[in-house]
Amino acid sequence: MAKQKLVVIGNGMAGARAVEEILARGGADQFEITMFGEEPYGNYNRILLSDVLNGSHEAEDIFLNPLAWYEEHGIKLHAGVKVSKILRHAQQVEAEGGLVEHYDRLIIATGSVPFIPVMDGLTLPDGSDKPGVFVFRNLEDCRKITAYAMGKKRGVVIGGGLLGLEAARGLQNFSLDVHVIQRGNAIMGQQLDGPAAAILKKTLEGLGIVVHTNKDTRAIRGHDHVTGLEFKDGTRLGCDLVVIAAGIKANTGLALRAGVAVERGIVVDNHLCTDDPRIFAVGECVQHRGQVYGLVAPLWEQAKVLAARLTGTDTEAAYHGSKVATKLKVMGVEVASMGITEASEEGDEVVQFTEAKKGTYKKLIIRNGRLVGGILLGDIRKAPYLSQAYEQNTPVPEERLSLLFDIGAPSEEASIDSMPSEMQVCNCNGVTKGAILGCVKGGKRSSKAVMESTRAGMGCGACKVLVSQVIDWACGGATDEDPSAHFYVPGVPLTKPELIEAIMALGLKSVSSVFDALAGGTEDPGSKPGLASLLITLWADEYVDERDARFINDRVHANIQKDGTFTVIPQMPGGVTSAADLRRIADVADKYHVPLLKLTGGQRIDLVGVKREDLPNVWRDLGMPSGFAYGKRYRTCKSCIGTEYCRFGLGDSMGLARKVEARFQGLDAPGKLKLATAGCPRNCSEALVKDVGAVAVEGGKWEIYVGGAAGAHVRKGDLLCVVDSHEAVLKLSGRFLQYYRENARYLERTYAFVPRVGIDKIRAVVVEDSERIAERLDQAMQRSVDAYFDPWQEATTPATVNQFAELLPIVQ
Amino acid sequence: MEVTLGPISAIPEGEGRSFQVGAAQIAVFRGRNGGVFATQAECPHKRGPLADGLLGSGTLICPLHSLKFNLITGQAETGDCALETYPARLNDAGLIMVDLRTAP
Repeated sequence: MAKQKLVVIGNGMAGARAVEEILARGGADQFEITMFGEEPYGNYNRILLSDVLNGSHEAEDIFLNPLAWYEEHGIKLHAGVKVSKILRHAQQVEAEGGLVEHYDRLIIATGSVPFIPVMDGLTLPDGSDKPGVFVFRNLEDCRKITAYAMGKKRGVVIGGGLLGLEAARGLQNFSLDVHVIQRGNAIMGQQLDGPAAAILKKTLEGLGIVVHTNKDTRAIRGHDHVTGLEFKDGTRLGCDLVVIAAGIKANTGLALRAGVAVERGIVVDNHLCTDDPRIFAVGECVQHRGQVYGLVAPLWEQAKVLAARLTGTDTEAAYHGSKVATKLKVMGVEVASMGITEASEEGDEVVQFTEAKKGTYKKLIIRNGRLVGGILLGDIRKAPYLSQAYEQNTPVPEERLSLLFDIGAPSEEASIDSMPSEMQVCNCNGVTKGAILGCVKGGKRSSKAVMESTRAGMGCGACKVLVSQVIDWACGGATDEDPSAHFYVPGVPLTKPELIEAIMALGLKSVSSVFDALAGGTEDPGSKPGLASLLITLWADEYVDERDARFINDRVHANIQKDGTFTVIPQMPGGVTSAADLRRIADVADKYHVPLLKLTGGQRIDLVGVKREDLPNVWRDLGMPSGFAYGKRYRTCKSCIGTEYCRFGLGDSMGLARKVEARFQGLDAPGKLKLATAGCPRNCSEALVKDVGAVAVEGGKWEIYVGGAAGAHVRKGDLLCVVDSHEAVLKLSGRFLQYYRENARYLERTYAFVPRVGIDKIRAVVVEDSERIAERLDQAMQRSVDAYFDPWQEATTPATVNQFAELLPIVQ
Repeated sequence: MEVTLGPISAIPEGEGRSFQVGAAQIAVFRGRNGGVFATQAECPHKRGPLADGLLGSGTLICPLHSLKFNLITGQAETGDCALETYPARLNDAGLIMVDLRTAP
């Protein structure tokens, strides 16, 4: 089949990126690509223009694709050629000088043009440019400003937005006395509110830039060159050079003249298609769902969707608009901004902190528990977390203070930029910031690829967020998304809800049947335990147990140690034991030469260093059920003395712990479950930092806390509800646990699950039954409780051949 | 030298077990699809018992620190260490045959 002709008008960041994405999807085989660029070179990073102006970058440093790149990829580039017309009926593009190109598909990526406010004296009387008046949009503008600025005294920038301040920073480089003119009363009005703008203004003035607010320019003075400005309030300001940076507007002239639908930008649908099915548009010239974007992140997203559609590699791809959080540096001052800058609806919650002397300002706007706006000035350490919460619309912690500050966090959690290269990011595997950077430079660009290659984040996992941030930093914010990040397990390409649906629809009850039906028969070993855990949750007693799908601990019901021996921990509900049990444990320890006896953190006794082949005999001699101190499941319920003997006790915590253990023993879950009961709010059993904790309070009541942790991660649990009996504690915590089992990602502990879903939502579902699933959750939990068996019974009835053999004899 | 280790039925499907062959220990794995693999018994990383690992289609994850190995080449996917692997097969009687030419 002959190749289709694809013409791209615009060789800026959007046009070139769209072409790169098309090439990455094999588009070179489908399309003969022609590009038009008004500027006479390959494309460059427009964001860095101010660095060129201020001299910190040479022009050639900011080129993304040199001319040779176009040649290499067989792209015909008309550089320095301005398109004058789109002839839609003839499917042709006509350029100045009579050049005509035919197209089957056309992409308009004309970007934006400077917005010039109405004022007198902008040009010379004959209409030509007035010497000393500039806009700030491209490399040529930079060159002109540089050439003119030498030896001049005062430069003025009209426009106190981001672009204007960037221009002002550039002008400072020419030893000019720099003034900024802001029409309204606050600079950077898009990103900042009044107080933040005032703080930034002060900071800028400390750097020698004079900021005039509430000054509306009426005229540029000077007959044959700029001599000053005149404002509407009658005042004047003398100057030698003016840069107009009052904003941008979508460059839509070509599209408009061709009769393509244009409002504030070229109107496109979710496929970046205009109202002409052959014509597409991307970047700053586009209006999508009423929104015109002037930032780079939405443009990357649009380019991907456009390329996927054009090449037919993903016919489902769609652009749904961007929620953009920006992070920038204005003259060395760090600023992060997202969403709205002022509370706008009743009930909007504002969390604010000001330390004007240090130039620090933080403000967050929260609506229905979610972040809808934020400003960070001076200290932007929380920006990565907040940006993510904003962009993904996730619930924010109830503890609002923690949104603004890392209280008690080590000070080295400073910005990644300033982190030394040799700083260890992953403390389990000793991976430094430098090692991660090296890996990214070596070509790995997704979190998963970098983590697998460096092993960062693959130990206890507590550093995963930081590791991801460092990877993102190393990738310059353009980390490749790993599709498997959304799968329940990497080896089966389905999210958890999709996977559950498929498992139930097909009646898949064993791990191997899931691989056969849903992964083409390829068994990914790392995916096996996660699948087993889910199948147990879904099928309870009907689950078909294939032991090879389980981690070794769950095959031999003990916890493997570094030397290949195991630990044996018998059940000891609530940490209560007896003289007889202790004697038996002591006898077993003697008989099997157990090298170490240790009290665990879960109020039990650990026989450490038991040989694998001794396990069945140890269990038999103990005559106690397994304490399940291995595997991703219910582990233990700690308790304090409670009302039994304690003079402060308000509730029977030991009795409750015994009932908790009897109900949830052996229960499989996405992560470990460590529980506790406390007889009074003194919390001696640390119930506030458990996956589920019950605390007795005055009046015969129990508070139930969920999502607490005190391991690699420390978090106080959220109060789920207050109930008035042991039975109610069992019922509500069981319902919560079932909801967690069904909805958490594999290995996602409750301390991550609860804040991710939000305690309000969990309380609505579990306590108030907002989704009318409480009865079903209770039944599912009861079914799992009924499916309990003591795996140590396998001492007499092994589940597999040679289950406890370490070394098999040779049989000839 | 190809040695006979014993009946494949001594190893549960999808799992591995170790055998003492002279001075060396050899781990043998029985894939669910009928494949048989043989490697050195201890993980080169921190001496984890590989026979206790998680077996996939031609790959294995060590039980101690989750290093993942290719059972054909022996190469670790996540680190730069490698396993000694040995050609293995079943004979007509269902006995495990391992070629230990390269064994220590």
